[in-house]
Amino acid sequence: MSEHHVHIDANPKRVDLQLRDVWRYRDFVWSYTRTHFAKKYKQTILGPLWLLVNPMINALMNLFVFGMIAGIGTSGIPKLLFYIAGQGIWAFFASIVGACAFTFAANAHLYGKVWFPRLCIPVSYIMTSAAEFLIQMVPFLLCAVYYALTGTYVIRWSGLLLMLLLLPWLGALGLGVGILVSSMTTKYRDLGLLVGLVIRFWMYATPVVYPLSEVRYSFLQKWIRLNPVTAVVELFRHFLFGVGEVSPGMIGYSLVLTVLILAAGIFSFNRIERSFMDTV
Amino acid sequence: MIDIRNVDKQYRIGQINGTTLQHELQSWWARKQGRDDPNRKLSSKGQYGDLFYALKDINLQIAPGEAVGIIGANGAGKSTLLKLISRITSPTTGTIDIDGRITTMLEVGTGFDGELTGKENIYFNGTLLGMRKEEVDAKIDEIIAFSGLEEFIDTPVKRYSSGMYMKLGFAVAAHLNSEIIIVDEVLAVGDNDFQNKCIRYMKEASSLHGRTVLCVSHNMQQIRKLCTRCVVIDQGHLIFDGDPEEAIRIYLHQSIREELMIDYKDVARPSWLTDQPLFLHSVCFLNHENNLFSDAEKVCIRMVCSAAKDIMGVSLRIEIRDTFDEAIGTFILYDIADLHEGEKKEIVLEYPVKDFADGVYNAVYNFFVRDELGNNLNIENVPGLSFQVKRIRADGELAWDHHYWGNIVLQGAEILQITDADIPLT
Repeated sequence: MSEHHVHIDANPKRVDLQLRDVWRYRDFVWSYTRTHFAKKYKQTILGPLWLLVNPMINALMNLFVFGMIAGIGTSGIPKLLFYIAGQGIWAFFASIVGACAFTFAANAHLYGKVWFPRLCIPVSYIMTSAAEFLIQMVPFLLCAVYYALTGTYVIRWSGLLLMLLLLPWLGALGLGVGILVSSMTTKYRDLGLLVGLVIRFWMYATPVVYPLSEVRYSFLQKWIRLNPVTAVVELFRHFLFGVGEVSPGMIGYSLVLTVLILAAGIFSFNRIERSFMDTV
Repeated sequence: MIDIRNVDKQYRIGQINGTTLQHELQSWWARKQGRDDPNRKLSSKGQYGDLFYALKDINLQIAPGEAVGIIGANGAGKSTLLKLISRITSPTTGTIDIDGRITTMLEVGTGFDGELTGKENIYFNGTLLGMRKEEVDAKIDEIIAFSGLEEFIDTPVKRYSSGMYMKLGFAVAAHLNSEIIIVDEVLAVGDNDFQNKCIRYMKEASSLHGRTVLCVSHNMQQIRKLCTRCVVIDQGHLIFDGDPEEAIRIYLHQSIREELMIDYKDVARPSWLTDQPLFLHSVCFLNHENNLFSDAEKVCIRMVCSAAKDIMGVSLRIEIRDTFDEAIGTFILYDIADLHEGEKKEIVLEYPVKDFADGVYNAVYNFFVRDELGNNLNIENVPGLSFQVKRIRADGELAWDHHYWGNIVLQGAEILQITDADIPLT
């Protein structure tokens, strides 16, 4: 048997996660990410500026509605910084879930014509979202510098590096959820229509536009703590601003859930990819 | 090495997965209530729709260096087989073992993006097919030279012609380090030079470099040129495996109808035939026990037809086609009869075969009339009786090469004179 031996069995006896294959195709992941990224902003008037315009408008809208009209407190963090940061980290997660959920439908033209490790594409979506996140942190940084210079508020500069640790974690969680959904959307198209709605609902169930400490009802607190994204977002704020309600228990719980969801996602993804070309 | 054992590939036809959750829930509820599934297709028997075997019990072992052709009618399962070997879909039962990396060319230029330049697409496509970036770096000049697109390599491929697109795609695929090459009819497009280049490339890959080549083609000439072995697939079954010439003979033979008579009662007419005042009931050979004809013989047939209204100047075209459905020539008989409403006629006619080269020919019978301006108006169109021509070959006569010489034996060329030439040779 050579190193390139492939055994295809109609009823495989063991689960092959093909992670090694993804590593072998890492150059493709990279080149897909570049293409995908470039294509998204080609032939638009503002081009890559959209990367900044869109989240900024979102952040300002959140600031206006939740910060000013509803008057939700932000634990002493300047509202502008609070909402830009929250928007950034949430968009990172949401865009991974949203893109991964349609992996099969959006790439049928590749999947149907040539074999490559199917997981390469969802993995590449994480890289796209990570790049977008980093770009979106630029206005955050500018605002933080402004606040620091005017002496109003100083963020924890070390948090800018620490928060990078959260990206693999949140990325893995988003990937797990996204590919779990993708294996269902191949079979039931109408679930695809729900994805956007569920992501929006999920955002409100995560302390994005409010800090966890502002949730007064204890039963709501309990539910929001069950959400695995909560710990990441609170930790993110803790790194940057030094405030946030996060306990080692919450972190442990979220990490365990991340691993479980990712494993379930990869498992079902591998099952579906064997035959999805026959259903799509 | 490729080793396929007991492989089946099953598809469900009709509504399978409900396609939407709503339908699935509906069906599930109905089943639970013991009612009929509202989403079930009328014809399906089981709860899950009809099963259909695209491939059944396939066993095939291919050694390194073999060039294997796969032939069969449309829908026989050829492409499904290639998809299983190239891991695009999985078998329903059985196992497949593959030793070596695979280059799949089910399509040329998969994943090419119109916005990217030729060069960028080489990188994208190359890594998609499994190359490392360094490999592409090392080979890019070679790839560009092979494609012959040096001038356009920095142009977005959306401005490429389809031929250029193909050349680039093939150039990338051809430079992969792989032990197995799988090609599905990609050579059907592209000009002659390009096709020859591809064939030469694959021929060398198998004979010089010991790579395995698997190709599906409807072009028998390509199979002949390239393959050392050929399998024939018919309705999901592997019915022959061996010598290419024998395989081609078996395949072509399958598509030959050997009817001596046809009853047209249930034969569907083409959809463009809207008005059909004349109805052809049957046709048969007259005074012939088979459909084999030689040089001097004439095909003699008898037709029975009836008219639904008065038709003046009924005329008939007998259009002759080869087994690939390419038109070869047509016999036209003008004004054979005037038919009156309700009349039934028997027509006996004959046509010569002396101009046809050896081979099998299909016919189409097309009745028509002409209006005052002489325009053609078709009134009946059906597939006709096929016939085979076998010429008696004199000593020293060449076997006919259809690919280069066509199907018509042109006659009447004569040498008038041969004398010594006194023109100085340059």
